[in-house]
Amino acid sequence: MRIAGRGRIDRRSPVRFRFDGIDYSGFQGDTLASALLANDVRLVGRSFKYHRPRGVLTAGSEEPNALMTIGSGAGAEPNVRATVQELFPGLEARSQNRWPSLNFDLMAVNDLAAPFLGAGFYYKTFMWPRAFWERVYEPVIRNAAGLGALSGAHEPDRNEKAYAFCDLLVIGGGPAGLMAALVAARAGADVIVADEDSRMGGRLLAETFEVGGRPGVNWADNVIAELNAMDNVRLMTRTTVTGVYDQGTFGALERVSHHLAVRPEALPLETFWRIQARRSILAAGALERPVAFRNNDRPGIMTAGAVRAYLNRWGVCAGRRVTLFGNNDDMHRTARDLLSAGIHVVAVIDSRHDAPDGRGYRVYKGAMVCDSSGRRGLESVTVRSIGGEDRIATDCLAMSGGWNPTVHLTCHLNARPTWREDILGFVPTPQAVPGMSVAGACNGAFSTHDCLREGAAAARDTLEDLGLRAAAIDLPEAEDAPHAISPLWAVPGSGRAWLDFQNDVCVKDVRQAAMENFRSVEHMKRYTTQGMATDQGKNSNVAALAILADVTGRGIQDTGTTTFRPPFSPVSIAAMGAGAQGKGFAPERFTTSHKASAERGAPMIEAGLWYRPSYFPAPGESHWRQSCDREVNMVRTSVGVCDVSTLGKIDVQGPGAAAFLDFVYVNTFSTLKVGRVRYGLMLREDGHVMDDGTCARLGDTHFVVTTTTAAAGQVMRHLEFVHQCLRPDLDVALTSVTEQWAQFSVAGPRSRDLLNAVLDNPIAVKDWPFMACGQVFVGGVQARLFRISFSGEQAYELAVPARFGDSVFRILLDHAEKIGGGPYGLEALNVLRLEKGFITHAEIHGRTTAFDIGMDAMVSDKKDCIGKAMSRRPGLTDPDRERLVGLKPAGEVQLLVAGAYLFSPGDDPVRVNAQGYVTSVAFSPTLGHMIALGFLRNGPARHGERVRMIDHLRGLDATCEVVDPVFLDPEGERARD
Amino acid sequence: MRITCPICGERDRREFYYQGAAIALARPAPDAGEAAWDAYVHLRDNPAGVTRDLWQHESGCSAWIVVTRDTVTHEVLDSALAADIGMEAGA
Repeated sequence: MRIAGRGRIDRRSPVRFRFDGIDYSGFQGDTLASALLANDVRLVGRSFKYHRPRGVLTAGSEEPNALMTIGSGAGAEPNVRATVQELFPGLEARSQNRWPSLNFDLMAVNDLAAPFLGAGFYYKTFMWPRAFWERVYEPVIRNAAGLGALSGAHEPDRNEKAYAFCDLLVIGGGPAGLMAALVAARAGADVIVADEDSRMGGRLLAETFEVGGRPGVNWADNVIAELNAMDNVRLMTRTTVTGVYDQGTFGALERVSHHLAVRPEALPLETFWRIQARRSILAAGALERPVAFRNNDRPGIMTAGAVRAYLNRWGVCAGRRVTLFGNNDDMHRTARDLLSAGIHVVAVIDSRHDAPDGRGYRVYKGAMVCDSSGRRGLESVTVRSIGGEDRIATDCLAMSGGWNPTVHLTCHLNARPTWREDILGFVPTPQAVPGMSVAGACNGAFSTHDCLREGAAAARDTLEDLGLRAAAIDLPEAEDAPHAISPLWAVPGSGRAWLDFQNDVCVKDVRQAAMENFRSVEHMKRYTTQGMATDQGKNSNVAALAILADVTGRGIQDTGTTTFRPPFSPVSIAAMGAGAQGKGFAPERFTTSHKASAERGAPMIEAGLWYRPSYFPAPGESHWRQSCDREVNMVRTSVGVCDVSTLGKIDVQGPGAAAFLDFVYVNTFSTLKVGRVRYGLMLREDGHVMDDGTCARLGDTHFVVTTTTAAAGQVMRHLEFVHQCLRPDLDVALTSVTEQWAQFSVAGPRSRDLLNAVLDNPIAVKDWPFMACGQVFVGGVQARLFRISFSGEQAYELAVPARFGDSVFRILLDHAEKIGGGPYGLEALNVLRLEKGFITHAEIHGRTTAFDIGMDAMVSDKKDCIGKAMSRRPGLTDPDRERLVGLKPAGEVQLLVAGAYLFSPGDDPVRVNAQGYVTSVAFSPTLGHMIALGFLRNGPARHGERVRMIDHLRGLDATCEVVDPVFLDPEGERARD
Repeated sequence: MRITCPICGERDRREFYYQGAAIALARPAPDAGEAAWDAYVHLRDNPAGVTRDLWQHESGCSAWIVVTRDTVTHEVLDSALAADIGMEAGA
C-alpha cells in the first residue's frame, strides 16, 4: 500500500513493470520489492526445501526470500534480490522455485513431508542402495532443488574489470562513512567511498532522524554535494565491496546498468573493481535479525527496520494493520513512524518486562508471538503473555531480534569477531585487517551521534597514518539513544521456527544437529545447511549459533562464528572473468606472414599463443596429407619457405656473454668463432633437458640464442635467473627480440638459388659454409642470414626487422614459385625434422636427459654448467633407461601412433612390461612409409630388433623394427651441400 | 597481494612470477657432493612464519627479487634484488 506524503520516490515519474506476467506500476526511485509491496503483492517466492510461500523480509542486499529472475532470453539473470533491483520502465521479473505457478506450487508437498526432511535428511536417507545415488537420487534432488536457472545461452552482456587506487577507501556511505570521508577529503586525502545502494546516506534514507537540526537525508545530501565537488574524492554508488585481500587490496562489484531500461552501448552491465587502498574505514552498518517463532516465515512478516525503511524511503506500508514484535527499543521507532503516517499499529509485543510504554499504541510487556496463521500471507498472530494466549488479526508483523554489526569484511583475513553481551552482537576485533579502522553501527555504535563521532575519529586516525592533518570539524547534533535490548533468540514452543529462510533451517534442526553431536559451529552449519544459501545467513547465523550455544551449554563467544569468506554478496563469474570470454581468454600472436598465409587458405594451428600455418592447400588437394606430402617433396627436391619467427630469440650482449653461455649450455660457446652458429642444449639444474636451439655469434661480445617456440618464455626467465641470481658478476645483458625479427626458413637444394634471386648481393658458396652466419641486404634492408637446417637440406634462415616481414615473405614466395618451390607449413616441417631424427618438445618433455637423447657427449668435461652435477647421477646415466630410437613398420600393420607403448614381442602387453613409448610419428613421403621416434629401454643397443607398438585405447598392435633415429642422410651431406 | 619491486615500486603480485625458496641462490660447488646437491635441488622447508622466496618481476623490469614474507600473517617484510644479494655474497 502506498502512503501519501512519504518516501523519497519521484511520484511524477510512474514506472510500468511486470511480475509473473501481470503488469504493475511503481515510481522512479522504487526497488522492485518496494513496488511489489506498494501493489500489495506479498507472495514473491518459494523456499528452497519446503517450497513454503515467502514474502519480502528485508529492504537490503541481505534479502533471503525475494529472489527473482530479471529479463528474458539469453541475458535473463536469475536470483536477483528484488530489494536491490531498482525499478525501470519495462522491467520484467519472474518468481522462481515454483511449478506450475507461484500461487499453486506442486512441490509444496515437501512441506507436508517436513517431519522426514529434517537436518541431515539427505545424508541419512539416500545412503542405500549405493548405486542409486548417482543415477536416481542425485538427479531427482538436483531437479527439485535450486533457485533460478541460467538461460544456458551465451552471456551477451559485456562486463568490465577496472582498477582504482586511493589513500582511503571508505566502505559504506551512511552517517559514519560520510563523516569519515568528509574529514579525510577536507584534509586532502584521495578518498573513494563505495556504497552498495543506489544513493548514499545509508540508514538516514530510511529514518526520520534529524542531523544538525535538519532532516538527516538533507545533511547527507549536503555532504555528498561537497564531496562530489572535490577532485580528490570518488563516490561509487551501486558498488559493493565484496572482499578484503592482502596488503590493502579490495574487490568490489559495481552494478553499472542493471537499473537502466535502455543501456547505452558504451556501458558495461557490471564492473569488477580491484581497489588498492593505503588505508580503509569500514562503515558498513548493521543488519537486523528476525526472531524465531513458530511459522515466522509467512509473507507479511518482515524485519521492523525494513518496515520502517519501506515507509520512510519508499512511502510504502507492507500492511494495513501492523503488529510489532521484538526485544529492543529500536522497533518502537517503527511503531512511532507508522503511527505518524496514519497507519494502524495493532500492538507492540515486547519480550521485556521493563519495556517502554507505548506512545499512542498498545504494548504487551513480557509477551511473545508464538505462532502465526494465514494461507499465502499473514492473517493473524498468537500472542502469549502472562495472561494467556491472544489471537491478533494483523496483516503485517514487524519483528526485531536486534541488530548484527556487519563485521564480514573484517574477518576476510581470518580474524574472528568478538561477542559483546551489552549489545548482543559480534563486533570486529581490533586490528583484524591491517590498515582498516571501523566506525559506526558495524562497530556496535548504533546511535547516529556515535556513528558521526566514530566516523570522524576513524578519519583523524587514518590521516595521521597518511601524514595528513585533519582540520577541526564540529560534529552535528544527532540522536543518541542507548541500544536497549535483552536476549530473545527463539520463542519456546513446538513446531517449526525458522532461522534460515532461504534454506529452510529451523530451530529444531540446529538442536537436532547438536544432539547428533554436530556441536562445532562449522559442523552444525554443514549438517543443517544453515547459512549456506546465497544470502550466506546474514539474517540468521548469529541466532543459529546462539541456539547452538544454548543447547551445548557453551557461551556464544566460545561457540564462535563460522568463517566469513568473500564475496560479501554474490558476484557473477561473468563479472570476475570480464574480458576473458572467447578470444579474450588468451591473446593471439600472429606472425608477420599471417595475412599472406591466410590469403593462401592455410589453416592455422595454435602453437602456444601463436597461430602458425598448418599447410598450404594447392588446387585439387582435399586432404591435409596431400598438401603435406607435396610440401615435403618440394623441400627435398626444390625449395620451401616457412615462417620460423615464433622461435624464441634472445639477444645476449656484453663482455661476459661467452662465459655466461658456457654456464647455461652443456656445450662450449666461448670457442665459437664470430660468424658461426652452434647447436646448444640446456639442462635444468636437476639434470633433465630444458630446451635446445642454435646460438649464433654475431660479434665478440654479441650472441643471439634461439629457443623452441614453446619454451621461449621459460628460457628467457631461466637465463635472467642464472644471470641475476647465480652469476651477477658476469657483465651481460639479455633482451628478448622474438617479435623484433621476422625469420624465414629457406630450405631445399635450390635454397641458394632462391636467396640469390632475392638478396641484394649474391652469396658465395665458400663464404657461407654450413653453420655460418652474417649480415646481408634485402631491398636495401639490413638482414641476418644463418645457414642452419631443421630439414636436413641445404637451408638458410633469413631474418629481417619485423616491419619488413610481410613483404619479404611475399617476395620469397614469388621467387620460390618461379623455380618450383613454395611455402610449407608446420605439418611438413614436422615430417622433415622427423625424417632427420631431430627432436622437439615431444621428445624433450621434461623427463629426458642428454643421455636419453644421445647427446651426453656434448656435456663438456672442461667446465661447470647448469644441470651438470645432477645429470651425472647413476639413475640418470643407467644404460637401461628409455633412450631415443627410430621405429619403422616391420609387419602387416603399417600404421604407427604417438602415445603407444613398446613391448618385447613375447611379453604380455601390460604396463609393467612396457619397454618404452612413442613420442612422434609421421608418414614419410621420402621413404614411403610411416616413421616414429620413441624411447626404448637401452634403445641404442637394440637397433635391428623387433618390438610391438601397442595402443590399447586405439586398438593398435604393430610390429616395428628399431632403427637409428636419423632416417635420412645420416652423414648430413645434403645440409652441407 | 602486493610486492615491492626494488626498481619499479609496489605492484600487484600478478606482475610477478613465483619460483620458490631463495635457497636457489646458494648453488653448491660442482664437487660439493650428492647430499649438498640433493638438498639444493629437492629439499625445501615449509615454514609457518617467515620465509624467503624468489620472485621475478616478469611483467615489469624482469628483476629477480628475494621477498621476505610471513606465511601466517601474509605480511611482506622485505624485498631486495637477488643480484645485489649475490654480489654481496661474492658470487
